[in-house]
Amino acid sequence: MPRSLLLAVLVVSVCLSAAAAQTQPTSSGNLQAGKDLYLRYSCYACHGYDGHGGAGARLVPMRMTGERFTAYLRSPRTPQMPLYSTRLLTDAQLGDVWAYIKSLPASPDAKDIPLLARIMRGK
Amino acid sequence: MVDVIKSLGFEYAAANPGSSFEGLHESIINYGENKMPELLTCCHEESSVAMAHGYAKIEGKPMLAIVHGNIGLQHASMAIYNAYADRVPVFVIAGNFRDAGARANGVNSYHSAQDMALIVRDSVKWDDEPGSLAAFAESMVRAYKIAMTPPMEPVLIVLDHDMQERPMPASPVRIPRLTMPAFPVGDPNAVREAARLLVAAQNPRINAGRMARTPEGIKRLVELAELLQASVNGGGDRVNFPSRHPLAGMGVGAPDVVLNLEVQGAGSPNPGAIPSSSGAKTINISSLDLFIKSNLQDFQHLPDADIAMAADAEATLPQLIEEVKRQLTPDRKRALQERGSKIAETHQQARSVAMEAAAFGWDSSPVSLARLCGELWAQIENDDWSLVSWQGFISSWPGRLWTIDKHYHYIGGQGAGAMGYGAPAAVGAALANRKHGRLSINIQTDGDLNYAPGVLWTACHHNIPLLTVMHNNRAYHQEVMFIQQMASRRNRGGDRAHIGTTIKDPNIDYAKMAQAYGMYGEGPISNPKDVAPAIKRALERVRKGEPALLDVVTQPR
Repeated sequence: MPRSLLLAVLVVSVCLSAAAAQTQPTSSGNLQAGKDLYLRYSCYACHGYDGHGGAGARLVPMRMTGERFTAYLRSPRTPQMPLYSTRLLTDAQLGDVWAYIKSLPASPDAKDIPLLARIMRGK
Repeated sequence: MVDVIKSLGFEYAAANPGSSFEGLHESIINYGENKMPELLTCCHEESSVAMAHGYAKIEGKPMLAIVHGNIGLQHASMAIYNAYADRVPVFVIAGNFRDAGARANGVNSYHSAQDMALIVRDSVKWDDEPGSLAAFAESMVRAYKIAMTPPMEPVLIVLDHDMQERPMPASPVRIPRLTMPAFPVGDPNAVREAARLLVAAQNPRINAGRMARTPEGIKRLVELAELLQASVNGGGDRVNFPSRHPLAGMGVGAPDVVLNLEVQGAGSPNPGAIPSSSGAKTINISSLDLFIKSNLQDFQHLPDADIAMAADAEATLPQLIEEVKRQLTPDRKRALQERGSKIAETHQQARSVAMEAAAFGWDSSPVSLARLCGELWAQIENDDWSLVSWQGFISSWPGRLWTIDKHYHYIGGQGAGAMGYGAPAAVGAALANRKHGRLSINIQTDGDLNYAPGVLWTACHHNIPLLTVMHNNRAYHQEVMFIQQMASRRNRGGDRAHIGTTIKDPNIDYAKMAQAYGMYGEGPISNPKDVAPAIKRALERVRKGEPALLDVVTQPR
């Protein structure tokens, strides 16, 4: 098999694996269900489509445990953060959202972004 | 009339044509040869006035906006209120068919009023409807003087249609000479006491609102801050203080003395409001104490103050600086240097934090606003540039990443928070920048552009170089968040917060919109790697003297 074709097969396999992982429930939640809820409840409005923040806090990397995350959404510390009661979202649904956020990739460090490093060194 | 207008040095008159000022219109383009002022064709009166608003923030003087009787003035009314709340001099002329015995039925009557100025009287500083050419000359000069005396505000002259068509009187009409008054300066005793508090303070903070009227205002504030080694919160309405100055920012800890310069409301410009309970001594210098109206509540809460000066802050700074110099002893100066070093350290830390935050979502699609502003900066930093849009909806990334130290580097926001200001104000500011050879950049929110996008055509028609980069988050995004919070308070969830707040389905193609108006347009751009090359291509157009638009699909904030 030519190397390029082998590489293509490998890439496709990896992608399929990743896609499968996206839809399978994990020990902590269903990623696809979590993503759907993240979008449906407009979490992105304050936290960005990839959880990297905006008007609201940065969520990635997710440092809360699933339990802590659920507890926070049941009783947020700031008035800007909407409260989600059990009437609106179950613990399992919040677990899905947490799992989805947990799966989102972290951003590069500022020092590893040449443009930002240049701005930092600038006048 | 045109001679009077020329005597006041108006460069431009923005107008959407209307029969109530057809006499003046014809005189400007023929008798006046369409120079000083040049007539700008606008597609909406709100655009005419907002263009004048943006122009004045760059040029420091008013531009004319001429509007049709009743209907044009009502279209313009929101933009006039924005300028009023932003303390910006805009000079509006409205036509009128004053004589009920002479006017025709039908549209001329619809465009007539017994008291035309009543429509906007709450949001202009002065208005008049002169009854003769001689009165017109005097009213125009008086209005200009009033508009340009702090606090600067819009003014309105209502101009009778029939008077515009009357023959010139036999005897020449006197055009009064414009002599601007010296601006009001703080009382010497109050200035001395303010200096005493500031020199003795352990941790003073200076808050600047709409303070710097001119480039000199920035220099004066730098001198005062460096003398006192005080932190300076430059606010978001004007360039008051260089963004990269070591004393820029909120300083260290709670202040014990606060100096508010043209700060509206009880505390200070956001962020950093000082609650009255903090115990800090407060000194307020504001020209707003000299002028206030009762109906529209833009004056906000009555500020607490230990010393209040009804005076123009920029004009008062030289006296305050001299008084501070007089009271500073060598020992005190040494102590202050130590304080300054700590503030500089905090400033540097804040900058590092900003850089870290800029990295978040750097590779995200839609494009992060930090990435967008970073990519822009990389391509304009060596130009003589001017950001002609507000940064409140873009998480202030230009202020956090760019070096803002000239008055034209940033023009602040709407004033009264009304959408529809951004695009035309950017075009007006870019127009003012054109003769200085500056590169104008407009980071344009999508919701704002949709109020009156015809101003894109005006920019093309009048060859106004301007790079517009869409912050296209496909929503009136602030309201998305507000509705979410409201739903939360009512335990209803935010899953329907998009209803009535988003601009999707279908998505608007802003590149095509620009192209339809005759402008170079590119997009939509969602991949962050495509942003820099697109900026480069668009800037090539702008540097040749034409407007261009990039549609960048962005993260919400």
